[in-house]
Amino acid sequence: MADALALPAPAAMRRRGFGEAMAALSLAGPAMALMVLFLVGPLVVVVLLSATDYQLGARSLSYVGLANYAEMFADRVFRKSLENTLIYVAIVVPASVALGLGAALLIEAGTSLRAFYRAVYFLPVMATLIAMAIVWEFMLHPTLGLINLALREIGVEGYNWLQDRRTALFTLCGIGVWQSVGFNMVLFMAGLTAIPGELYEAAAVDGARTGLDRFRTVTWPMLGPVTLFVVVITAIRSFQVFDTVQVMTKGGPNRATEVLLYTMYSEGFSFFRTGYAAAVTVVFLVFVLALSLLKTWVLNRRVHYA
Amino acid sequence: MRRPLGPVGAVLRHVVLMAGAAVMLAPFVWMVLTSFKPQAEILVAELRLLPTRWAAAENYATAMTRVPMLRFLVNGAVVTAAIFVLQVLVNLPCAYALAKLRFRGRGVMFAVVLLCLLIPHHVVAIPIYILFHQVGLLDSYAALVLPFAISVFGIFLMRQFFMTVPNDLIDAARIDGLGEFGIVWRIMLPTAVPAITAFGIFSVVAHWNDYFWPLIVVGSEELYTPPLGVAFFRLNDQGTEYGPLMAAATIVILPLVAAFLVAQRRFIEGITFTGMKN
Repeated sequence: MADALALPAPAAMRRRGFGEAMAALSLAGPAMALMVLFLVGPLVVVVLLSATDYQLGARSLSYVGLANYAEMFADRVFRKSLENTLIYVAIVVPASVALGLGAALLIEAGTSLRAFYRAVYFLPVMATLIAMAIVWEFMLHPTLGLINLALREIGVEGYNWLQDRRTALFTLCGIGVWQSVGFNMVLFMAGLTAIPGELYEAAAVDGARTGLDRFRTVTWPMLGPVTLFVVVITAIRSFQVFDTVQVMTKGGPNRATEVLLYTMYSEGFSFFRTGYAAAVTVVFLVFVLALSLLKTWVLNRRVHYA
Repeated sequence: MRRPLGPVGAVLRHVVLMAGAAVMLAPFVWMVLTSFKPQAEILVAELRLLPTRWAAAENYATAMTRVPMLRFLVNGAVVTAAIFVLQVLVNLPCAYALAKLRFRGRGVMFAVVLLCLLIPHHVVAIPIYILFHQVGLLDSYAALVLPFAISVFGIFLMRQFFMTVPNDLIDAARIDGLGEFGIVWRIMLPTAVPAITAFGIFSVVAHWNDYFWPLIVVGSEELYTPPLGVAFFRLNDQGTEYGPLMAAATIVILPLVAAFLVAQRRFIEGITFTGMKN
């Protein structure tokens, strides 16, 4: 220590600074290298590829400008895929957010069986989706499935849920909601516990009598920012719908459940039209990026839910 | 926090929540019950809950032997463990450097981390696939593990945590003659255990359940992870033998569900805490 103090200050700081920079470089180096290799690089490459006619395994590729995008937007399959994805998001987001909020409010409204309900509603979030998709497929079987058997008990004729153009996409939406309610629920629960109890007392003093009054004057205004946040992350997750489609419907019947990631997967990895698949990826990226930026903006407005 | 519900409210609360719970649990219950039934009882189109003849042993035996299910489970465990260990090795030192060391370019580096947080892993799938194709890594454990060694989310999370660690602790370690590597592994790692646990739960759940990436890079059966394995099982028996198929599904979800039931609070915390990413 005494030696270090005896050194002229600027030199000591320079030496310390250099050593610290070298240490930082060696500590952060591997992560930085992998970030370039697996994230930044591929991101640039996928955008560049979308302007080429590259096919996997081909020896050469040429620049085609926006031809892939032109082809994509003229293609019935892609338009259907984009439309289906948007419908899926438009259904799953409000339904799972509303049900998640409802479950959180109801569970927190009492004390009995709280842990049980929380665990049960959260279970689908944990369970391997692909395995549960297979279970759902069996439950939705037109003659042997639980759903139609139960419907028949009450005298209702069920559908061939996954093979009928009218029901297939909505059935997948239902599974999507089932899977994400619990996730939204725990986010809302965290938001609820962050509401100071004094606010409810103050509201009571001001004449809020019923549960509805309390919800309207305290809970909802306090949860507003959390809700916005939950909506955005559910939207991001819903845009990524893939597992259920791949295993249950393969985008069918007649493209009724074709969604963006499935289109990207089949073009890129079944037909090996890499350039075109890259263009589909870029469209997917634009949507997710827009939502992510919205999320960052929400977070920066200091929404703390934990 | 709020006023307790009246008796009517309390009953209504349970009625609604129980109805919801029945829907949430139905697939799990039906899966397990079906996995106990013989084929003949599954194929009668009648609503029956319990099997009259128990066929659990046969169904689970078929699930384990028709495809190498044990192998799939071991693959899943190896791959998720390898990913997590690599993630800690790669990202923890980087997070420490970003939080506690002063050097030129730190701001830029952190900005890159924040930008990378916005990239979903589906977007980089095609270029990484091409890269692995070029270097001959497709269809290997490395292909399943390597792309996830970098976790910008992990870096972000650990950095936020390290920011709260007092500098005195680090200075004291330096005075004791510890180098920066020593500080990372002997001082920072032990203090960061809660954050690492939360991140670990998130990572293990995500990668045990991941279907997209293994589906793309793996072709040989002996490398299948549990999600690929159960999908393969379904194709393999043409999806008609529901008993064994439901047994296979049960086996695949069991490890995580069991862990969740044992450590509920930790899991919910870990996933809520880290759920911000997805």
